[in-house]
Formats: sequence, structure tokens, C-alpha cells
Amino acid sequence: MRITQGTFSYLPDFTDDEISAQIQYAVDQGWAVAVEFTDDPHPRNVLWEMWELPMFDIADSSAGLHEVTACRAAYPNHYIRVLAYDPSLGRQTTALSFIVNRPAHEPGFRLDRQETADRRIRYTLHPYAADKPVGERYAGNGARAGA
Amino acid sequence: MSTPPPPVPDTEPLSADATVELAAEQQTLRISEMLDRLDREFVGLAPVKTRVREIAALLLIDRLRQRYGLSSSRPSLHMCFTGSPGTGKTTVATRMGEMLAALGYLRKGQLVSVTRDDLVGQYVGHTAPKTKEVLKRAMGGVLLIDEAYYLYRPENERDYGQESIEILLQFMEAHREDLVVILAGYSDRMDVFFRSNPGMASRIAHHVDFPDFSLDELMRIAGLMLEREQYRLAEPAQTAFREYVALRMSQPRFANARSIRNAIDRLRLRQARRLVAAGGSIVRDDLMLISDADVRASRVFSDAPASAAGTE
Repeated sequence: MRITQGTFSYLPDFTDDEISAQIQYAVDQGWAVAVEFTDDPHPRNVLWEMWELPMFDIADSSAGLHEVTACRAAYPNHYIRVLAYDPSLGRQTTALSFIVNRPAHEPGFRLDRQETADRRIRYTLHPYAADKPVGERYAGNGARAGA
Repeated sequence: MSTPPPPVPDTEPLSADATVELAAEQQTLRISEMLDRLDREFVGLAPVKTRVREIAALLLIDRLRQRYGLSSSRPSLHMCFTGSPGTGKTTVATRMGEMLAALGYLRKGQLVSVTRDDLVGQYVGHTAPKTKEVLKRAMGGVLLIDEAYYLYRPENERDYGQESIEILLQFMEAHREDLVVILAGYSDRMDVFFRSNPGMASRIAHHVDFPDFSLDELMRIAGLMLEREQYRLAEPAQTAFREYVALRMSQPRFANARSIRNAIDRLRLRQARRLVAAGGSIVRDDLMLISDADVRASRVFSDAPASAAGTE
């Protein structure tokens, strides 16, 4: 199941040129660009691990793409996203966030039902990937793609 | 000025016997306009100008080759500027980014000017992120490392400068397209630096030596500086200033154009003092004019041998 999160997530995966163009847009807006990664696909997992420090004063997208490439080399089977932070007064929040790398195989989510008092049911989402410990979740399952 | 040139049209490559007008292509890149500006704003510096001309020509030819579908790899443009103090190394480096952007070699052309402090960290593990951050900031433009020889401290084998140099080298090689690194410094110390870092020397394709300025060149530089500041020398003051520069050149710690700049700043001080002391009413011309006495009051004349000395 393909995770859709952040901007552009219903589009086909971006090429490096397209990523570069988006980063350049963010830089031109004066936004700080950061790269983050995770292997916990739960939608409520909003705070991903930081890859290096946010880049506050770059002028060109090649610096951002350099970090994306470096992060991909280190975590080829993780989710990697590019964040752009708008530091202007009154906004001071993430202005753009899009996924630039995803595992070869995304197993998706299970719906758990929990019975509680008074015949009520609580629902929760459980990512199949989270059954494995952090760091091993997507390792090597490119081979099992389609399983 | 630094609007990027139009990209090479993505159409079919031209056939082998097609002709292109060199002049027309030059027009679109506004190369001659840029080189004229370089000539106008920088006095002397012949080797520098030649090198810039060559680079401009190469980039032009590369664009044409691309149109014929010939291979055109991007040349490595890392440079090393050596020369005495005040010969314009930093000034030219500042302009280099702008020019390379205008020629379409760099995407942005911003200048990031750093020294050892900005690259080398204080403790283990501090240097790499620091250097990388500076490099990332400079991507798409020019990274100017002033007095680059301070990066390498042979007397301290645990100095982190070496680590910084290694990261620099790696980046210079991997991101040749995104970044131009310019090292600037005094010739003799730069030589020592390169001797102990042969990897650095071989990765820098362009070693440009900035010659010392001659008396005439210095006078023209002074003229440009005064013009920019909207001052002018009175007729006798011009002769006096020429004598001043000639004397100053023979004295120790002469720093070419920088000394001229300082001298002009002191002339302005003395002119201001003279005007305030005189009191009375003043016209616009008085505010612009630097007199003979302002120049002659310099310490350079009183220190000089009696034959050349003017009145105090």
C-alpha cells in the first residue's frame, strides 16, 4: 500500500530533476530546507529523524539534492522526505513537505479492533512493518515485493 | 547582470555542415559587454583578464558544440589566486561568481567568503559538519577561501585543518558542476601549502598570479577610487600625489591598491580638517577638491630623504 503523505503524494515519484526544482522553489521563497527519514509509516508519526541539520542559508538546490542523495545512500529502504520551513514572522511553520524516497515494498496497515466497556469498539491502525524492530523493517524486502 | 543565459535549445542537433554565427551567439551571452566591464573596472591585472577571456571563450565554444551534438564536458574551474597584498585577489573573486553566472557556468553565482575559522571546528567531530555547511551554502556559486594556507598547520599534527582539506577536496571533485572554489593568498605561503597538499594543487586547474601594480596603474586606480567617492585632486595635488605614491611604493609594508585606498581615506580626513579649521562659507567645489597641502601633509614626505621631501 503506497503511503500518501505530504504534498505531491498522489503524483508519480519525482525524478531528481523534479526534486531539485521543488527545492529551488523553496529556497527562492526563503524557506529552510531539511531532509528527514523514518521507517515508521504510521500517519501520526510526524516527527521523523533529522538527516544532518536544516539548511538555512543555501542559495542553490544542488545542496539540498546532495543531502537527499546522501540520505538515500545511507537509508535506501526508508521513507525520506524533504521539508521546507518558512521562518517568516507569523508563519514559522513547515511550508512544504514531500516524500522523495520510499521502500521498495510497502506492506500497508492492519485495522485492529479493541472491545472496551459497554460493547464499544476502539479502532486503531497498525503498520505491518512495525512488527519488526526499528532499522529492520524494510531491509531486504525488496526481494519479497508483491508478497 | 546575472540573469542566466538562455539555455541551449533542446531541438535536433545541427547537421555537420550547418554554420552558426559566432558573433550572434556572443551577443546572446553578452560576453563582450561583460569583458568590457571587467576592463573598465579593473586596472592592470593582465594575466587575470586573459584567463577570464579564455574561460568565456571556452564556455561559448562549449555551447556551440552542444548545438552540434558534440560532447561538452564542463571544465573544472577551481582557481587559486596568488599575489602580494592589495593586488585585488578578493575583489576579482567577488566578481568571478557574477561573471560565471552570466556565462551560464554557475546557476546562482553568489559569493561565500570564508577563512579558516569558518571551516575548521574546535573539537573532534566539529569540523566535518562545519565545512559541509559552508560548502552547501556556496553551492551554485563561488566559495572563496581567503588565506587558505592557514587551513594547514604542519606544526600541530592533531590540527583539524587537515580534515577540512580532505572534505574540501572530496567536494571539489564530486560537485565540480555546482561549485567553484577559489583559494586566495600570498604567493610564497601558498607554495608551501601546495607542497604539503599535492592533492589540492592538482585539483585546481587555474593558478592565476596577480602582479604588483606599476606607478601608472596605481594612479589610475586612485583616479577610479576618487571618482567613485566624488572627490577630485587639484592640479598641483596630482603631482604631489604621484610623488607620494612613488615614495610609498619604496617603503616597507606597501600593499598596492589597499595602501592607495588608505591614503585616500587619510586625504579625506585632512581635507575635512582643513575645511573645518578655515571656517567661513563653503561651496560644493570645496567639498570635492583635495588640495596640494592635503597631500603634502603626509608623514611619507617627512620620513623620506631630504631631496624628495616636501613641506610639512
